[in-house]
Amino acid sequence: MSIENFIFLLYILVLASYCGFELISKVPPTLHTPLMSGSNAISGITIVGAILCIQEGEYSKYMGMVALVFATINVVGGYAVTDRMLQMFKKKK
Amino acid sequence: MNIFIQLTYLVATILFIVGIKKLNRTQEARQGNMLSAFAMLLAVVATLVKSGLVTPIEIFVCMLIGGAIGLIWAKKVEMTQMPEMVAIFNGFGGIASLFVAFSDYWTRAVEQPSLSTDAITIVSILLSVLIGGITFSGSMTAYGKLSGKISGNAIVFKGQHLLNLVLFVVAIVCGMLVAIETGSVMAMVVMGVVSLVLGILVVIPIGGADMPVVISLLNSYSGMAACTTGFVLNNSVLIVTGALVGASGIILTQIMCKAMNRSLVSVLLGGFGAKSGSG
Repeated sequence: MSIENFIFLLYILVLASYCGFELISKVPPTLHTPLMSGSNAISGITIVGAILCIQEGEYSKYMGMVALVFATINVVGGYAVTDRMLQMFKKKK
Repeated sequence: MNIFIQLTYLVATILFIVGIKKLNRTQEARQGNMLSAFAMLLAVVATLVKSGLVTPIEIFVCMLIGGAIGLIWAKKVEMTQMPEMVAIFNGFGGIASLFVAFSDYWTRAVEQPSLSTDAITIVSILLSVLIGGITFSGSMTAYGKLSGKISGNAIVFKGQHLLNLVLFVVAIVCGMLVAIETGSVMAMVVMGVVSLVLGILVVIPIGGADMPVVISLLNSYSGMAACTTGFVLNNSVLIVTGALVGASGIILTQIMCKAMNRSLVSVLLGGFGAKSGSG
């Protein structure tokens, strides 16, 4: 990775982090757990990295496959559980 | 084709941001979750196109297995066990980051040693392994505590912080060895193991009542792990999304602490949890 490229990515990192800090504000306590669960599903974005790892090679590919299974569980399970929580929430109201 | 993929990543990023924002409000929360799920689908499809579908069979089989397990667990879990479920999923995200980084490392160290590896990449790999490992074993410990498989009380012993410090130093030394000589596979493995042990040690002194706060913090860590993986693979959508989760996770952790009338430091140092948190 060239140093220019790295600095560009650092800009992205800083701006995205600031955005993340600002996104959460005055969350009602009932939404704490769903929000945590929802952003947990989003952190499953590693699924993209796992797919990119399964290209060639031997053991590196197997590791990518293990990563992909775990990441998919994180993503699919995460969104499904969050949806269930929020559904329950609506019924109560 | 590449421009199309980058633009799809951009749209996915925007949808993630809007999705998290909507999750802040009661009325729109469910819609926000749907939006971010759709964004994830976009990112996955774009990545599949990018990889040119060279080896689609393995990819689809893995995703089918993972998706089925995730869906079944999410449907079966009792309402009261949901925080435990989140802890498990979060841990899986962490270990996925660890494996992605290790896969990239293995390519560079063993399979294609001719590949030039610069300092930025190797440091990113090391950070992904370290943070991913801590997230995984920490989340699993949190799961064990919440589900009562291990004692929910704070487990403290003498010299605990000192031991953590020593392990952390060992991890840094191993990291430096790998940074100096990319082929030092042994040092890399030791670092991975140390990060796993560290994750357990960091979570066991924390009392059961403080667990949701810890899971939220570990969730932030798994975002950071995804972010560092983005630096390994030079992939902007991983960096942005990981940073979003990492940063918003820290704020949410603080808010949750405040709601419990506790400070983040006292939760993390543990022990105190046994006195004031368990009530």
